[in-house]
Amino acid sequence: MATLRKPTEEMRFILATDVGSTTTKARFFHRREGEWRFFVAGEAPTTVEAPYEDVTMGVQNAVREVEELTGHRILALDGSGIAVPYDGKMGVDLYCTTSSAGGGLQMMVAGLIKMMTAESANRAALGAGAIVMDVIARDDGRQPYQKIQRIRSLRPDMILLAGGTDGGATEHVIELVELIKAAEPRPRLGIAFKLPIVYAGNKNLRPQVEKLIGGQFALDMVENLRPVLEVENTEPARRAVHELFMEHVMSHAPGYTKLMKWTDVDIMPTPAGEGMAMQLIASSYKENVLGVGLGGATTNVYSVMDGRFVRSVSANLGMSYSVTNVMKEAGIRNIMRWIPFKLDEEDVSSRLMNKMIRPTTIPQTLEDLIVEHSVAREALRLGLEHHKTIATRLKGIQVQRTIADIFEQALEETYIKMMDIDIIAGTGGLLSHAPRRIQPMYILTDAWQPEGITKMFQDSVFMMPHLGVLSTVHREAAWNIFDKDCLVRLGTCVAPAGSGQPGEHVMTVKLEMPDGRTLEEKLEYGEVKRISLAERQEAEAEITLARGFDMGEGPGHAVKSTIMGGIGGVLLDARGRPLKLPEDDDARKEMLLKWFMALELYPEEDLKELV
Amino acid sequence: MINNTEEEDKTSVEAHAYTPGLKVKRSMTVGKTRRLPIFGEVLVDVGGTVEHDTIVAKTEISGDPEIVKVAMKLGVEAEDLIRYMKVKIGDAIEEGGQMAYYSALFGLIKKEVVSPIAGTIETISEITGQVIVRGKPVPIEIDSYIPGKVVQVMPREGVVIETNAAFIQGIFGIGGESYGRIRVAVESSEDDLTADLIRPEDKGAVLIGGSMITMEALRKAVELGVSCIVVGGVRHDDLTSFIGTEIGVAITGHEDVGISLIVTEGFGKMRMSQRTFDLLKSFEGYNASVNGATQIRAGVLRPEIIIPHEITSGGSSEDELSAGMVPGTPVRIIRQPYFGAIGTVVRLPVELQQLESESYVRVLEVELEDGTVVTVPRANVEIIEE
Repeated sequence: MATLRKPTEEMRFILATDVGSTTTKARFFHRREGEWRFFVAGEAPTTVEAPYEDVTMGVQNAVREVEELTGHRILALDGSGIAVPYDGKMGVDLYCTTSSAGGGLQMMVAGLIKMMTAESANRAALGAGAIVMDVIARDDGRQPYQKIQRIRSLRPDMILLAGGTDGGATEHVIELVELIKAAEPRPRLGIAFKLPIVYAGNKNLRPQVEKLIGGQFALDMVENLRPVLEVENTEPARRAVHELFMEHVMSHAPGYTKLMKWTDVDIMPTPAGEGMAMQLIASSYKENVLGVGLGGATTNVYSVMDGRFVRSVSANLGMSYSVTNVMKEAGIRNIMRWIPFKLDEEDVSSRLMNKMIRPTTIPQTLEDLIVEHSVAREALRLGLEHHKTIATRLKGIQVQRTIADIFEQALEETYIKMMDIDIIAGTGGLLSHAPRRIQPMYILTDAWQPEGITKMFQDSVFMMPHLGVLSTVHREAAWNIFDKDCLVRLGTCVAPAGSGQPGEHVMTVKLEMPDGRTLEEKLEYGEVKRISLAERQEAEAEITLARGFDMGEGPGHAVKSTIMGGIGGVLLDARGRPLKLPEDDDARKEMLLKWFMALELYPEEDLKELV
Repeated sequence: MINNTEEEDKTSVEAHAYTPGLKVKRSMTVGKTRRLPIFGEVLVDVGGTVEHDTIVAKTEISGDPEIVKVAMKLGVEAEDLIRYMKVKIGDAIEEGGQMAYYSALFGLIKKEVVSPIAGTIETISEITGQVIVRGKPVPIEIDSYIPGKVVQVMPREGVVIETNAAFIQGIFGIGGESYGRIRVAVESSEDDLTADLIRPEDKGAVLIGGSMITMEALRKAVELGVSCIVVGGVRHDDLTSFIGTEIGVAITGHEDVGISLIVTEGFGKMRMSQRTFDLLKSFEGYNASVNGATQIRAGVLRPEIIIPHEITSGGSSEDELSAGMVPGTPVRIIRQPYFGAIGTVVRLPVELQQLESESYVRVLEVELEDGTVVTVPRANVEIIEE
């Protein structure tokens, strides 16, 4: 629990770190003229592995860089860690950190029915920032002996066990507990300690569960996450996971016992911090948010829809360590379809394999950059597809269907509709380091195909996890820094849903610009345009649509809205939804090239040379 | 054009922007930790000498459990099950041994449940009516992997073995630990390792190839029982069809393909670095411990070739940290457009420079073997460790 050593209103300096699997990133914040701002960043390699095996060394190195850059002393003179609070000369008033070193939090979840309690348990574990290694359910299609073998081969940090509504299923839940007991799962870290299990199932069974596995595991009982079928209550389970993460998992990782003493706030898994940041955007704008952390090893997708927060993690979709897994899952053809020039498939796949085995390399040539951007689109597309399987309506309850629904072929499981998304936010190396800001905006647009009017944001210097954990104790400071220094406004995407024929009129966009000018743009099907509108500027837009195209008000209905500017500007996208690329190879390349040129996505001359 | 220079200026320069090089050492002290997955018994003492196949520690993992729905099979209520059980918790039972028996109507209806495996009765549940039979314990033994001296014993867990050896790391591999005599199968580091170069007497050998191994050669090596292949490169398609699945993430070592494969340079046709090739050639006829296991995540694990020998030349410790890069440091470029080229660092400009991709990054200038000087991002080279 957080124990602050100074009231928040008296604080002047805050330090936050993220202990990543390869780099430890320190971010230093200060209050200047009454306003909280990001001051400086320091980074150093993470020291979780041999020969160091003490994460605090990497933290100190990163903090030392901050000290060198600012001249402000933060580390205690006696070597005891971070000096807290600020005494007028040195130290900081608050220190907090997130961590994903050593593989983050790896969990196994179990529930009775795959689409019901097991699904809810999965969402709860993901929401807590875990990588879910497997979901065990009574009806998951595997024989008990197969499940036992699987559990024995996994080495999770923790198990979340759900099943049954309160007062509901008994025998089958106990069967599940017996299965886990019989499998004797062993923890990943520390061969001598008890594996933590959170039980969040039928509360009437607590005594039996305690009797069965209480001695063998570090058992924690929390409120049922499906007390009745109509309600999903993941919060108590999520809290318990965090506490056990600190108590059992972190305390076995090298150097964390020391780090835990330094921090004023509980250490949080990095994705949980990132998730908090996404929720901060949603609550501050009071809008629906779809966010992504596109990393080297994993892709995290977050949605906040009407206040409901869901996170999914695609543990093996990423841009370096997992780049070949993107190729494996998407297929090389799907990656190649985004490349506007001729390249050999074997050449591209070898390049990606070579990137995987040397994950820290960066593209030097334009050709290489375009290949990476093509992979990114597929990683993002697959990440969202995966997210949609997690962000679903609750199953097992009756759904009221309207006459209109009956004519639809099937009731869609996910509630993520691109037309309902107001904000898309991205973070991660590839997006943040893109040489031109229009690149991340356009890559996200191709991959996720936003519909209607969508604001697009990006992390400036990687600090969403830092601000996420900070927001749990000092929301005002976190939001201020977030708004002023972290969120880069890429711009706005205006994209009607619908399809048409090349050359067919799609929309007319009238923009009243901040300088008083009125711009009018007419777009044909298959066209994209980019309008400059600077960050923190707005334009009033009136969009009239051709029949069959929809901006959220119904097909053909005009919309009026205020459009947010950004460093990428306003992206007018009349390519229709869903986005279709020509089947013919030459036509496809020509089309891609036209879009790239229209948006000034890459340096024109170099691009022409490649083609 | 919009660039990110402003944000980049705010971020400090990364402390180590380049990949530490792969080790290619003629002589050093190699230490290997051999640890049991659970507590057990250590069989050797500090100071003892071991061979590569000496068992150094052993333990037993509890056997697989078998869940038997006894109440259901007997057709009785779970809570009544105990009345019909013929064994109790802790009892040993043979495969086919009677666990429960039920008779009704003066013996006209008889039912029995027998144990599907030999083991011990672990639980009898009055809630689910299930009985769990625990199979016999599975013994686990850990061998020494390298010949050498036991320098440390971790009670109940394992040992550390040390030996003087040549130590070569590959970039990627498949297949686990193995052992064999080194034979160089090609004339030069540029040659492909083709099927005709593999002979029946190579059974159990560690075969050294040049720039690439063909699919045919891989298959022949497996057929003849070659222990391990060490080669510069392999085609992605060949590897995929050889192991029967595409490699998604680089966590390998458990492939059951009958051979270990260690790639020293990368994917595609890639000449083995001359230093690596020469070093391996100089140890032709020696025995080597090899491991194809690769893990490129936190806790990087690269495939390795360990060649124990007696010639010590002030060998350094394996854990010695690499020094930084300075003018004169030999490096290998590990990304297009100069992928695979080897050269020497000539200059390390401090200021960020713009690449063709338009990114601003820290770079270095490298003089290639043919004398040309090229500029590459620091992240795209690796040190060739002397």
